[in-house]
Amino acid sequence: MSTDQTTHAPASRTPEAVHYDESMSHIHAGGYALELRQLRKSFGKTEIIRGIDLAVRSGERVAIIGPNGAGKSTLFNLISGRFAPTSGDVLLGGQRINGKRPFEINRMGLSRSFQITNIFPKLSVFENLRCSVLWSLGYKYALFRFLADLRDANDRAEQLMQMIRLDKKRDVLAMNLTYAEQRALEIGITIAGGAGVILLDEPTAGMSKSETSRFIELIREVTVGKTLLTVEHDMGVVFGLADKIAVVVYGEVLAFDTPEAVRANAKVQEAYLGSVLADGQAASAGH
Amino acid sequence: MSTITTTPATTTTARRFNVGRWVTWTLFAIVLLLAPKVFTSNLSISMLAQMGIAIIACLSYNMLLGQGGMLSFGHAVYTGLGSYMAIHALLRVSEGALSLPVSLVPLVGGLAGLFFALLFGYVTTKKAGTTFAMITLGFGELVFAMSLMFSEFFGGEAGVTADRMVGDPVFGITYGPGVQVYYLIAVYTFVSVALMFAFTRTPLGRILNAVRDNPERVEFIGYNTQMVRYFAFIIAGFFAGISGGLAAIQFEIVTAEVVGPIRSGGYLLFTFLGGATFFFGPIIGGVLMVLAFVLFSELTRAWLLYLGLIFLFMVMYAPGGIASLIMMNMRVAAYGRLRELAGSYIVLTLASLLMLAGAGALIEMIYHLQLSTAMGDSVKFLGLTLHTREALSWIGGLVVLLVGWGVFEGARRGFMRRWSVIQTDIENDIKRRENA
Repeated sequence: MSTDQTTHAPASRTPEAVHYDESMSHIHAGGYALELRQLRKSFGKTEIIRGIDLAVRSGERVAIIGPNGAGKSTLFNLISGRFAPTSGDVLLGGQRINGKRPFEINRMGLSRSFQITNIFPKLSVFENLRCSVLWSLGYKYALFRFLADLRDANDRAEQLMQMIRLDKKRDVLAMNLTYAEQRALEIGITIAGGAGVILLDEPTAGMSKSETSRFIELIREVTVGKTLLTVEHDMGVVFGLADKIAVVVYGEVLAFDTPEAVRANAKVQEAYLGSVLADGQAASAGH
Repeated sequence: MSTITTTPATTTTARRFNVGRWVTWTLFAIVLLLAPKVFTSNLSISMLAQMGIAIIACLSYNMLLGQGGMLSFGHAVYTGLGSYMAIHALLRVSEGALSLPVSLVPLVGGLAGLFFALLFGYVTTKKAGTTFAMITLGFGELVFAMSLMFSEFFGGEAGVTADRMVGDPVFGITYGPGVQVYYLIAVYTFVSVALMFAFTRTPLGRILNAVRDNPERVEFIGYNTQMVRYFAFIIAGFFAGISGGLAAIQFEIVTAEVVGPIRSGGYLLFTFLGGATFFFGPIIGGVLMVLAFVLFSELTRAWLLYLGLIFLFMVMYAPGGIASLIMMNMRVAAYGRLRELAGSYIVLTLASLLMLAGAGALIEMIYHLQLSTAMGDSVKFLGLTLHTREALSWIGGLVVLLVGWGVFEGARRGFMRRWSVIQTDIENDIKRRENA
């Protein structure tokens, strides 16, 4: 059997395209790709998320900013099913997903990355990615098929590997990658299933300036046409990447608007942005 | 490059004709085929048969431990209940109530293992980690306790006996002679090993590795980790049951200890000794298990104590088991560096033997004092006569042990230095090739 990549490439598009159509169909159903309604979360007596409303249109890139401890990561955990909300609703493409388990939400077309690298350390780069495409290609818990015969899964994994520029590290165990490579793999795993809504939790955390700007380019590339929510601290990145910015302070959304409007917002200036914003403007002016 | 690892380093987009793999499997078949021609005594044929049984059991156990990261303390529940169902099936056949060729009786064991794994597994696999281990321990105790309560099924103290020479012989095979049973077991061993290896190449098998490495992340790529663990548990239960069914035919008797905690511990211990991180590790473990239980136990009454010491030693110095020792040295050999280590290996081996001799002398004397003082105070050990009442014997044993230990530690440090230099060189070599 020959393994000519180019001849298989068109074949690999088909299941992928089917998958995108599926996830797009319920995105258009409710008008918003992702909608949060009066979302609340308490741990014991402490209320971390205090009634958040947010509506993200399909294809929008939203940056979530705010001081440490504002509840940004908790918000992602609520949306992705890691925690169940205390009250309120999360709608994915118009369908309620609050209280659902992470794998159910993932199957409905939402995928997330983690702030602390969360990969499969003892599997190779290729295996990491192939595992991540299996469910979306319909292989589920398949027992009577060999992985080596799943042409679409293998092609998609190879293709992802090139997208995140790790094709030279194909057979390296994930635990032996450099930090920046692991962060890229984290993104690769997140986008592998072809989810329409992508949440990235501080994707550039711990990276150097030059790594960050290259990485943002990569994120932009691999999330074309998708709805993107990202938690980010680097204001240069935020103003460069996002269509809209949500400012979260003490578990509430202080502002949700275009970068220009947020920058001009007096409330935001007062509560949070003051000094950080100046940095951001300097950074974006430098671009 | 190895062909049998749980996390393969080489996978291709479409399957290529893999020469190494065909050679490996052909060799395996030839070994199974010719083993009774080389070891012809009744004892060795019985041991070979038991090795087949143990290999299937340890491989099925490793589906949980090595591939799924599930530490089970109750695997004997599934091998043991497989044994019981198989022996009852054999009894029904001899009563004429059931028409089934003896060759298929192990499948009854397999289905029983599958059924009980289906039943108990749902609760067992709800959680991973410590909770999983605790629940397997619980089910192990539960079934063992039931074996004492329901003597109708479990046969009480005497167990259940049956005759495997029942039904009409197929092609003249009566299963009277041990060698016929051996070949039945050999066929089941080959097929089971092949199927369990194939499992590691399926989507479920690979996701099981992912669940072992990082269950949380698996939930975020669309998989229900409990289901992954549950399915793997059921499959492991099936092969455990096959192993139990074969044991029923081999021994023609099943007693309650086959579902007991000691048996479960044995699977854990020998799978670990063989090596849980490589597919073929438990095969080594299964062979060692039979050698230890049948031969080693004849040599000394303190064999369990020695076994415990070896286990401790392995956990401390080679947590990947024998398989990982082999694979690590194969890699060194592939880079032509094994010769540099040969000296260290000779010294380490001699020092280990010295330690063992010293420890052995002390252990044998203590056992003698505790259990057979009436037989006098002299103990025969390695051609020497030791006297439990003479200080010289004790001091001698202790000195040999300490000297052996000292030499071992010294040699081990030198070895570790050389080893890490070689590993660094190899890593650098690999990096250079990657970047080229």
